[in-house]
Amino acid sequence: MKKSLKETPSQTAGPYVHIGLLPGVAGIDVKHHGIGGNTGLGGGTPIIITGVVRDGAGDIVKDALLEIWQANGDGQFGGGHQGFARCHTDFETGEFRFETVKPGPVAWTDGSPQAPHMTLMIFARGINIHLHTRIYFADEADANAADPVLNAVTDGRETLLAKPDTSSNNSYRFDVSLQGEAETIFFDI
Amino acid sequence: MAWVSGFRALTPALPVDGTRAAVEIEVYTLLQADQMASNSKPAFAPRDRTWHPKGLTPAYNSSVLRSPKRALLQMPTSLSETSGPVFGHNIFGEHDADMLANAVVDGDPIGERIVVSGRVLDEYARPQAGVLIEVWQANAGGRYRHVRDGYLAPLDENFSGYGRCISDDQGNYSFRTIRPGPYPFPNNGPAWRPAHIHLSLFGASFAQRLITQFYFEGDPLIRHCAIVNAVSDPAAVERLVARLDLDNAVPFDALAYRFDIVLRGREETPLDAEHD
Repeated sequence: MKKSLKETPSQTAGPYVHIGLLPGVAGIDVKHHGIGGNTGLGGGTPIIITGVVRDGAGDIVKDALLEIWQANGDGQFGGGHQGFARCHTDFETGEFRFETVKPGPVAWTDGSPQAPHMTLMIFARGINIHLHTRIYFADEADANAADPVLNAVTDGRETLLAKPDTSSNNSYRFDVSLQGEAETIFFDI
Repeated sequence: MAWVSGFRALTPALPVDGTRAAVEIEVYTLLQADQMASNSKPAFAPRDRTWHPKGLTPAYNSSVLRSPKRALLQMPTSLSETSGPVFGHNIFGEHDADMLANAVVDGDPIGERIVVSGRVLDEYARPQAGVLIEVWQANAGGRYRHVRDGYLAPLDENFSGYGRCISDDQGNYSFRTIRPGPYPFPNNGPAWRPAHIHLSLFGASFAQRLITQFYFEGDPLIRHCAIVNAVSDPAAVERLVARLDLDNAVPFDALAYRFDIVLRGREETPLDAEHD
């Protein structure tokens, strides 16, 4: 089969993305919205991931919207939209926060296990086409050492690792840098 | 093709500054094709990044510090990208697809009443059912109902600019709203956005995720907009323009516009082919 159509081009989500995707954050009361910062996954180890997004000047981006998609603790993708969550970077602090469970291993294209990870997508004013990265876990050293994606990254591998927060159980820190010396690795898939 | 052999770095589309210019293909370890097992055929070919807007488009100021300077790392899709969330009707409110009704306090919203409809297909022209389409827009005066928008045009207490709908078995979708107004935004000097509506789309795979905006046929502001012009191919810009759709106008009620959408297409697997 050959492709006959071109994909609709992307456009920036802009600064008012919250109206459509997190209306409560914009100040709009919508019943039954049903999408937020918790993936809804049970089982597994509950975890919290927080972080900020920085621009090329090192300034914290306070109008971004982030989405994650992940497997459950057994490495299975669930029903409905369990495993999906969305949150914004706070208008004052710039911090985002996801509540979920630590994902289990998901098969790579050759059937071997990938290290636990979640997909992260970033949307904001000034981002013409969304940025796609992965969150891995720094405390999964053995699995990470065998991961085909991490092993393809020789410069910037650490930008993909969420670090355990020593002051809080089961909490991780994952800061994103859109541009600059600590620039996060972004993927084209 | 590059994706068959695993990873490669995409050369940045625009020149990068000296500090990051060293990022080239050899930075990354290429997987050999024979390291990939029989099921290694990627489900999605990479996006055509010359068709989409580039990350860095200096005429659109906000992109300058928010675009990566390193090359994107191209990787094959695994289940993490070919799977995706499924949104059912259970998350919908009664008037989610009717933005003329879903925020009414004491009357109808102000502005030109329109019906927007179209079809969601993939790159292989297959209808895409069950696509969640989330919608947001300014009101008829160009003002967003958002705690961060302070444009002087007034809010409309009967209009929120929030909506969503889901495509049917044939990929068709529809929602009702008012035509938004243009508004100024901070850029290089005075800049005005053409009237536009934002759409967020979920296909069956997270790899199909897309956020875009559509414009209205005949709007003279389209060609002046730095955000539109981030898309360099005129044929691609045309794909962002909704067409007047008089056949779907509701007599003495609402005009209609048509906007068709194409999401990435998943390649047919050998298993699928056997069932054809």
